[in-house]
Amino acid sequence: MDVLTLSRLQFAAATMFHFIFVPLTLGLSILLAIMETIYVRTGDENYKRLVKFWGKVFLINFAIGVVTGLTLEFQFGTNWARYSKYVGDVFGSLLAIEATVAFFLESVFIAVWAFGWERLSRRTHLLAIWLVALASNLSAFWILAANAWMQHPVGYVIRNGRAELTSLWAIVSQKFVLLELVHTLGAAYVVGGFFVMGVSAYHILRKQHVDLFLKSFRLALVFSLIFSISEIIQGHLNGVEVAKVQPPKVAAMEAHWVSESQAPLYIFQIPDPDKERNLVQIGSLPPLLSMLAYHKPDAVVLGLRDIPKEDRPPVTAVYFSFRLMVALGFYFAIVSIYAMYKRNRLEESRWLLKVMLYSIPLPFIACQLGWIVAEMGRQPWIVYGVMRTRDAVSPIAASQVAISLPAFIVLYSLLGLAAFFLIIKHIRRGLGAEKV
Amino acid sequence: MQTIWFGLWGILWAAYFMLGGFDLGLGTLMPVLARSEEDRQTIRNAIGPFWNGNEVWLITAGGVTFAAFPTTYGVMFSSLYTPLLMILFALIIRAAAFEFRNESKSIVWRKLWDVGFTLGSFVPALLFGVAFANLFRGIPIDGEGVYHGNLLSLLNPYGILGGVLFVLLFAVHGAIWLTTKSQGDLHRRAASMARKLWVVLLVVAVAFFIATSSATGLYENYWNLPVLFGIPAGAFAALLAARICLAKKKWWKAWFSSSALIVLATLFGVAGLYPNLIISSIDPKYSLTAANSSSSPLTLKIMLVVALVFVPIVIIYQAWAYNIFKHRLTEKDLGHDGY
Repeated sequence: MDVLTLSRLQFAAATMFHFIFVPLTLGLSILLAIMETIYVRTGDENYKRLVKFWGKVFLINFAIGVVTGLTLEFQFGTNWARYSKYVGDVFGSLLAIEATVAFFLESVFIAVWAFGWERLSRRTHLLAIWLVALASNLSAFWILAANAWMQHPVGYVIRNGRAELTSLWAIVSQKFVLLELVHTLGAAYVVGGFFVMGVSAYHILRKQHVDLFLKSFRLALVFSLIFSISEIIQGHLNGVEVAKVQPPKVAAMEAHWVSESQAPLYIFQIPDPDKERNLVQIGSLPPLLSMLAYHKPDAVVLGLRDIPKEDRPPVTAVYFSFRLMVALGFYFAIVSIYAMYKRNRLEESRWLLKVMLYSIPLPFIACQLGWIVAEMGRQPWIVYGVMRTRDAVSPIAASQVAISLPAFIVLYSLLGLAAFFLIIKHIRRGLGAEKV
Repeated sequence: MQTIWFGLWGILWAAYFMLGGFDLGLGTLMPVLARSEEDRQTIRNAIGPFWNGNEVWLITAGGVTFAAFPTTYGVMFSSLYTPLLMILFALIIRAAAFEFRNESKSIVWRKLWDVGFTLGSFVPALLFGVAFANLFRGIPIDGEGVYHGNLLSLLNPYGILGGVLFVLLFAVHGAIWLTTKSQGDLHRRAASMARKLWVVLLVVAVAFFIATSSATGLYENYWNLPVLFGIPAGAFAALLAARICLAKKKWWKAWFSSSALIVLATLFGVAGLYPNLIISSIDPKYSLTAANSSSSPLTLKIMLVVALVFVPIVIIYQAWAYNIFKHRLTEKDLGHDGY
């Protein structure tokens, strides 16, 4: 394999692994902050026990998120040196601002929070977790602003053989940033909500500290309900914007080959990229695709055949990832609504609790699928319409990446397994072991 | 503007080496300093509340390199591909050692993570030294920023000397940090370790100072502007001050002296490097400088505002956090293992 393929695989492995931990950090930080607020305001020691229990999971998860994020930043230099050189003027500053404005805040106060139970007043301790939650979400804003720029570059000019910044405001205020931010944060809150519900369900099923875990279940339920529903509505708006600024991505998301007005949406398809058609195509719903993408039945939806082959994103992966993500999105909303309906009879609804327990991994998967759609759907561009991925890679020997890629995979797998088993162990131990 | 950014670039790296330096150094020394499980817990807790915030200075130094000197960022890190990834892997293992070690009582498990913790501290210290010494010396890059060398070409005598210097600087710094945080036997061992290593550090520092004149062109700037010799002179004064404070048992003053030493030692190299960020050993005309590899004036201006507003704020709350956890660790603290 060449440097490009190896570097892409390495970046994909590193980002996807990173994004197992990030959404849980984002979601759990806010839930923790809410629980601690209840503790400080009511003085109810039960909430302190809950905060300590979820806090431990949070800390393990947070640490892995931080160190895997470190490799991401530096990989732009190691593996994507030409990218760094060409767009660093715009992109680099967003990452640097993130570190200075948000990441310091997060890292300093997480330690203050973790070690400060005995050394700070209750209110200062509470402030620490709110600052962590705030900084994590602020961090997400800057990173997503950088990604949104790769999806839809604005506020720059090509000068001196590179992209130079003309307006930082244009970059951070563009619609794409807002949409990406709301969508990603919403997804992260669903991850956090389903995680807390699932783990609480496990303990309710085992009849351990049922009262306490009902509290955390219901809190997470409200959270999940709000964000799983808003995710669907807002996700649609996201799609509309993508249809406007990145038509090839939408064509790939829908495996849509021929440009047409009154374009139908198909219930199920199997794309056949070699023959530029779909092998299987079931359940035509005209003119739903035109309606969804442009809110007009007669709107023409660009087909993949009208996009030069070298400009087409990989169809099959994008199509299936998108479909599965959407299906999962509806599943989260339906389950949350049903659980809300059953909220006062949770203990008797044993199969619902089991469903919640086994649903824990699903929002994580949905996040990964969403990023596959966003990133693979942007290909062959690294910065849409400005720079191709193949022109961005470092002029380094393939052998170096051929060594570092397996090293990444081995190290991350071991790390992931260790974190996974430790979190499970901690969860099984439950509240019993936590000192109050 | 580019000169200001060159200075800030150097200061950010110096800040990381000063803060990250003691936690890396103490991690490196753990197997020789700790004799019991309690010692190991003390050492871990002496770093616990700080290392994460310290590491953000590395991220910021990296981010600023990216934002202010994007060409340098790409060339530097792709040229130093293998050492940089080794540093990052080591830091990952180290972070995991913080989180995971105490999750099981198994002796094998804990031993394993203790080894990971020490290696994860030693490897970055060594490789940062090797990398920076090579930057001072120049690396084989061509006009396209393509690196014509490999890992072994970085391990030249001067590079290795730089690596050893960094390990010693950090180790002394870490041992002094432990003197402020520990009690009894461990405290005495830390103080005696700091004094012993200080002698070795002195020898290596003098050797590096002399080798720099034959291996690099750093002194050119110093001869052109002799007032700059104040920086290495200050570094040597800080080195001596650290020893005097150790003798007088002024532990915090000793730590601040070794902090000043690390900052000045870094700036010694940076001031000699100016205006180059990466010196090409193939042909000086391929060198990347503050002028030819910087971002546009607008980006530099925006980043300067961000830095001038937020870095002081960061310093204030980080100092506040240090102040909360500056106490000597007691048995009670060890029971409360935040991480």
